[in-house]
Amino acid sequence: MSLADILARHKGREGPLLPILHDVQAEFGHVSEDAIRDIAHDLNLTRAEVHGVVSFYHDYRSTPEPRPVIKLCRAEACQARGVEALVTAMTPNPAVKVETVYCLGLCSVGPAAMVGTDVYARLDTAKLEALVKSL
Amino acid sequence: MKVRISDDALAIACGADAVAKAFSDAGSDVERVSSWGMHWLEPLVEINGIGFGPATPADVSDILAGVADALCIGPVAAHPFIARQQRLTFARAGKTRPLDLDDYYATGGWQGLAKAREIGPSATIEALITSGLRGRGGAGFPAGIKWRTVAGAQADQKYIVCNADEGDSGTFADRMVMEGDPYVLIEGMAIAGHAVGASKGYVYIRSEYPHAIAKMEAAVKACAHLIAPFDVEIRVGAGAYVCGEETSLLNSLEGKRGEVRAKPPLPALEGLFGKPTVVNNVLTLATAPWVLANGAEAYAAYGMGRSRGTMPIQIAGNVKYGGLFETAFGITLGELVNDIGGGSGSGRPVRCVQVGGPLGAYHPPSQFDTPFDYEAFTGVDGLIGHGGLVVFDETVDMASQARFAMEFCAAESCGKCTPCRLGSTRGTETLDRVLAGENVDANLALIEDLCDTMKFGSLCALGGFTPYPVLSAITHFREDFVVRNKA
Repeated sequence: MSLADILARHKGREGPLLPILHDVQAEFGHVSEDAIRDIAHDLNLTRAEVHGVVSFYHDYRSTPEPRPVIKLCRAEACQARGVEALVTAMTPNPAVKVETVYCLGLCSVGPAAMVGTDVYARLDTAKLEALVKSL
Repeated sequence: MKVRISDDALAIACGADAVAKAFSDAGSDVERVSSWGMHWLEPLVEINGIGFGPATPADVSDILAGVADALCIGPVAAHPFIARQQRLTFARAGKTRPLDLDDYYATGGWQGLAKAREIGPSATIEALITSGLRGRGGAGFPAGIKWRTVAGAQADQKYIVCNADEGDSGTFADRMVMEGDPYVLIEGMAIAGHAVGASKGYVYIRSEYPHAIAKMEAAVKACAHLIAPFDVEIRVGAGAYVCGEETSLLNSLEGKRGEVRAKPPLPALEGLFGKPTVVNNVLTLATAPWVLANGAEAYAAYGMGRSRGTMPIQIAGNVKYGGLFETAFGITLGELVNDIGGGSGSGRPVRCVQVGGPLGAYHPPSQFDTPFDYEAFTGVDGLIGHGGLVVFDETVDMASQARFAMEFCAAESCGKCTPCRLGSTRGTETLDRVLAGENVDANLALIEDLCDTMKFGSLCALGGFTPYPVLSAITHFREDFVVRNKA
């Protein structure tokens, strides 16, 4: 899908900017300066306004991430269940990007992680290492 | 043989899909249902009402052969964790296929909306006021009063916005509603729309909940004809905790940075796109059908003081029996942690419980006699928030937890107001000095002063409530701070 297709798809929607950015991010893996310019033009916004939105939200990337991303929950409930010890014990793996996320709603079975839309719970060092290795 | 296994994200994260596949491969008729909310037992397998869990694919043959005694919990509905609850909002949990309209209809679905249409908008609002239902997102504002304000506003367009940006650690009730009983939320929104004269509803779901998003998208499509002319659209957040604050959420829906708006104007009068807007939490809206169908008095009969009805309490963290426990207000914190939760999961003594998410206070066991009630928790310098409990055992370092609260606030601050934006960063730095043992008493005095500024000077609850975890940690667990003193 091209950017033009995405913009056409959201024509006439109320408050279309976030849905557009989600589609752009999903399609291209990031929201580029070029995309920001075209989106701003299409929605009659300034580039600064669109850039302000893109940079505000944690989900949008300005550059593509070539590595697989694992989002590891490090919020209080997972802290209580030992996630920090997992982080300390993790073997550094430059081929995988480990990101922190604050809460996946799996707070009674943490430590928890998400890869794409796949969710993982009851992680211990061995399970986390195996998960990272499988990516 | 019919085998029921949840397709809730938590069950899936614990391996439910593989267990379901193993049963299918063995020739069983697998039905994917909502979760009962007994999370330590997931994946829970239910056959003719008898439960087995937590199950793995390797257990399938034993369960089918009737020799899985070690996993068997007996009749699921009679399990003490379930039998002790008063499930109104979660009446269907574990019992229905989430997206099956026949299941929903057969279990009393759409009766609340039918009643609202029968009695009309003003009687519907009256019922909500009489029920005493307060906003379950955390603020606890009477839902009926909010609806009445929106109903009384004159405008060409009004909106119902469901706040499904459940970002608090230790909470998952919204997720369970959306994944387990999506129609009840949509019905609640349709009731609200009917009551206030709004034709359009938005559900703003956080992006960390892909399963809930998928279920809600499918549910909205499947039941569009039943709620028409009301129309519901799903919108997805983009990873900003602060968007759980209602005015920030509205800005986000409008396609802007999720910055908090100053109030007034109230969203009820000038909300989404400047129009009168009901912004309610998932649990608030999902409870409206029960209130309408069963009567406001029946709902108000539960609870204590000004906290009427039931609260879906989420028991999480380092706890033996974690899960969803819906009960009337009034149960004590100690009952929840020790009797129901079974104490810590590690087996070590419980040191504290954080109630109400990252902005909630840490409560020591000396406060375990506090009843679960909005006012009672205010009375012990805490809050019940969205009803999440995070249990910590004795290994927790409370000075680090206090620092984390400031760090979290700094990471998630929208930047609009100075006490939150700068205060959280200065607070983190000051607590770093405490952790390093530099002038601990003087720095703690600074933190207490800073917390006062943040509490009274911030625009919203993010900066305003971050002092709760920080100050409660200092007040109740001062030994964790002073022990570092090198001065």
